[in-house]
Amino acid sequence: MGMPTGRAVRRNAAGPRARSGTGGGRLVAAACCGAATALNVCAVLLAMAFGAAAQGAAPPQPAPFELATQCAAGFVLREGVCRLHSAYQQYTSLQGAGVGGLKAGLPALRDGYTPQQIDLGRYLFFDPVLSRNGRIACASCHDPGHGFSDARPRSVGVAGGETARHAPGLWNVGFLHRLFRDGRARTLEEQVQGPLYGAREMGNTPEGLVQRLSAIPAYRRLFGASFADARDGIRSEHVYRALAAFESSLIALNSRYDLYAQGVADALSPAELEGLNVFRSFVARCTECHTPPLFTNQQLAVIGTPEPPGHPFDAGAQAAGSDARLRGGFKVPGLRNVALTAPYEHSGGFTRLRDAVAFYNLGRGHAVPPGERLSIHWQISEPHLSEREIDRLVDFLGALTDESFKPQRPAAVPSGLPPG
Amino acid sequence: MNLRMLGVAAIALLMAGLGWFVAQRQTGEAPVAVPVASAGATLAAARAAGSGASGNTLDAVRQGKVWVVQDGESIQAAIGRAQPGDTVQVMPGTYRETTYIDKDDITLLGVIQGGSWPTLDGEGQRNDAVLYSGNGIRVENLKVIGYKGNAIMGQAGNNFVIRHNWIANTGVYGIFPELGQNGLVEHNILTGIEDAAIYIGMCDNVHVAHNEVYGNVAGIEVENSRHVIVENNVATDNAGGILAFITPGLPIKTTFDVIIRNNFIVANNHRNFAAVGSIVSGVPPGTGVIIMAADDVIIENNVIRGNRNAGLIIADHASFANITPDPEADPYPDRVQILRNFFADNGTDPMKEIQALMLTALTRQGPDVVAVGGGHDSCAIDKGAFKWLGIKDYGTCRRSSSADVATYLLAQPAAPRKLEITDKGKLLYAGICAGCHAYNQRLIGPPVREIQALYAGNAQGIADFIANPAKKRDDFPPMPPQGHLSADQRLAVAQYLLGVQK
Repeated sequence: MGMPTGRAVRRNAAGPRARSGTGGGRLVAAACCGAATALNVCAVLLAMAFGAAAQGAAPPQPAPFELATQCAAGFVLREGVCRLHSAYQQYTSLQGAGVGGLKAGLPALRDGYTPQQIDLGRYLFFDPVLSRNGRIACASCHDPGHGFSDARPRSVGVAGGETARHAPGLWNVGFLHRLFRDGRARTLEEQVQGPLYGAREMGNTPEGLVQRLSAIPAYRRLFGASFADARDGIRSEHVYRALAAFESSLIALNSRYDLYAQGVADALSPAELEGLNVFRSFVARCTECHTPPLFTNQQLAVIGTPEPPGHPFDAGAQAAGSDARLRGGFKVPGLRNVALTAPYEHSGGFTRLRDAVAFYNLGRGHAVPPGERLSIHWQISEPHLSEREIDRLVDFLGALTDESFKPQRPAAVPSGLPPG
Repeated sequence: MNLRMLGVAAIALLMAGLGWFVAQRQTGEAPVAVPVASAGATLAAARAAGSGASGNTLDAVRQGKVWVVQDGESIQAAIGRAQPGDTVQVMPGTYRETTYIDKDDITLLGVIQGGSWPTLDGEGQRNDAVLYSGNGIRVENLKVIGYKGNAIMGQAGNNFVIRHNWIANTGVYGIFPELGQNGLVEHNILTGIEDAAIYIGMCDNVHVAHNEVYGNVAGIEVENSRHVIVENNVATDNAGGILAFITPGLPIKTTFDVIIRNNFIVANNHRNFAAVGSIVSGVPPGTGVIIMAADDVIIENNVIRGNRNAGLIIADHASFANITPDPEADPYPDRVQILRNFFADNGTDPMKEIQALMLTALTRQGPDVVAVGGGHDSCAIDKGAFKWLGIKDYGTCRRSSSADVATYLLAQPAAPRKLEITDKGKLLYAGICAGCHAYNQRLIGPPVREIQALYAGNAQGIADFIANPAKKRDDFPPMPPQGHLSADQRLAVAQYLLGVQK
């Protein structure tokens, strides 16, 4: 003990307070080899292709990219694939729905990916090569430093313009069966195509995506190592699947709230406990939609939050094809790590968490624009909470923070572009 | 049926009497071993009585510590001290607090002496009187008044017993078990509730019996729940007496196998004072029973009398106010079975929509039974005995009685899922340690391989260290203490960690 072993991995100096959530081998950047030259060439070519110099394009120490052979933290390798191990798996939930109280089971998780697929997804997630002009990675708007959300009210796409909505956080996204704020996608694979190809987001095309990735030798090797059928060539489906694998590994179920739920009575402070009891009371009614253990019941709800000044009304689920009575409806978001994802609501209208909480106390439908007739959700009531109770709710939401399995931002990505 | 009812009542009285007797003997705060029936034992006895077997109530009594709470003391403080299997016994007095039970197998038992109840008073300020999330919770003999939210609410607790409570003016719901399986709600009195007095929300296997609900917006509501019997209750002077709904937009999408029998559903003509926008604000006052979108509901042997709008309404989602659509929920009530009931004097002042139906049917008589919207394979017995609209296509029911179903309570209590991962240490390691430690890699903390070399064969050493870690190495940050884990848990995870091989 005490002597670093010869195989110890170099700490990523550039990374945040880093935890390599996805296990070993991720940052194996110790030795250089012949691939480095190819990589540099590749980076130059890419920069030319995008018509923009990738600032400081060459990473400080070009590395042969190797994929993890161990699962992400919280997962255990079984029969070649990674399976989540969580204390919540010892509980059941009514009708297997994955909603309930403190000791309720989880919904089914999209797990079962290999360590290599998860780690390839990590590189892709941070690699701006996925966007049309090489300027934006998934991580640009889903920043691990902000709960995999974006500190901007609305994210900024490849063309420099704003997107319509605030980037949702991604913790525990692998449990969800409705994706996007308006719930229009059913799988992560379906979802990732939205930002990849959206003109206001990453602006790419399936052909452009495959072409660029296939031009990078390291990616050809890594895809081949992750998917047997990618040895004949990278396909867009491989990209979706790898991104889905990585996103499914973002597990946050180890907060102080979770310790309390598992029976550690003093894991929450008195203020947080008071907040929990307001949260689950039928006065505030938070828990009716933000139902443990994920703090979402995954339903669509019309709650009538305001748009920021100057922004048009967002029809939400109705615009995505639902019935007119879901006009202005959005998916109930999970609240884990919510303290990290400011600003709040679908278009970032609330700067502070407390403002978002206080919204629910200001009267049913109070922010509905004149002329709009919305079917506000029946749980939106007039709770008449005290200022103290609102403060306690915010305290409690803070106890849902858990980044213990935060994956590490790679020091370099195979395109040679600066990681997002 | 009547004999069985007597059986249930006898056992209930026995239980209540036992609690009282215990209280008489017991004063002071020291925990003393006293026989008190747990929720599980009470459920077993109720099930046995319901099925006609002779429930042996002596088996139902177990030894547990009793924590006595006197007037002026805190109920929550006693709940905090209680361990699974214990009883918190609340003496007569007034208690001004919100209590919560986030552990399993606790009995919260009031003691009524000379007509004096232990009263939880929300004073119009506090949200809920009793919240529970644990399994095997029993709440009994409490008077609850003046709360804003609920009197007694469960969130995902299974095997619950809520009985002999007296609840008035407690806001939105009186008794509201949610997302729980296997529960008994009996012998409660509830009034002045602005939504459902007894609300079985997203539950399975619940028995609601011998309750009196009056002066509420809805008396008893079974929502998005399966295998529920509502029998031998009195529902009177509510806006709606007894409801069985599928409410759309909830994560549980079905209601089926509900039996509503042997209830007095009389003169539910109260003004609807529900909050604007709530689902029950759409309940037309003067309605005895409403079946909305629920399937396989049996209505049998009830006295349904003097409900001015209608005795029984069967509706789909489109026919009901305030309903947003849910493509994942079937909006139609199918296979509703109206067996013999005593209908009288219903429909004397029906709502406009029913009046329109009467006009179409060329009748001036308001209905005992009216069905609107879609649904298929429903039936009725002896249609000629009552006034009806919209059930022309109902055939004659094949069954004449639901007596074959005595109870939907489970033969064995709902148990935690059998663990696929049986190793507690592995669960803790993956859930907590793996965030900072990997086998052969430096993360936040040192590699597991190094820890194994240091603590070879000394799991207890690790278990002790992690409870209160001292900073050992300059090149790593200090480890956060894990003393909140029990000694067993710490030893289990240490043993697991020593065996990790990759």
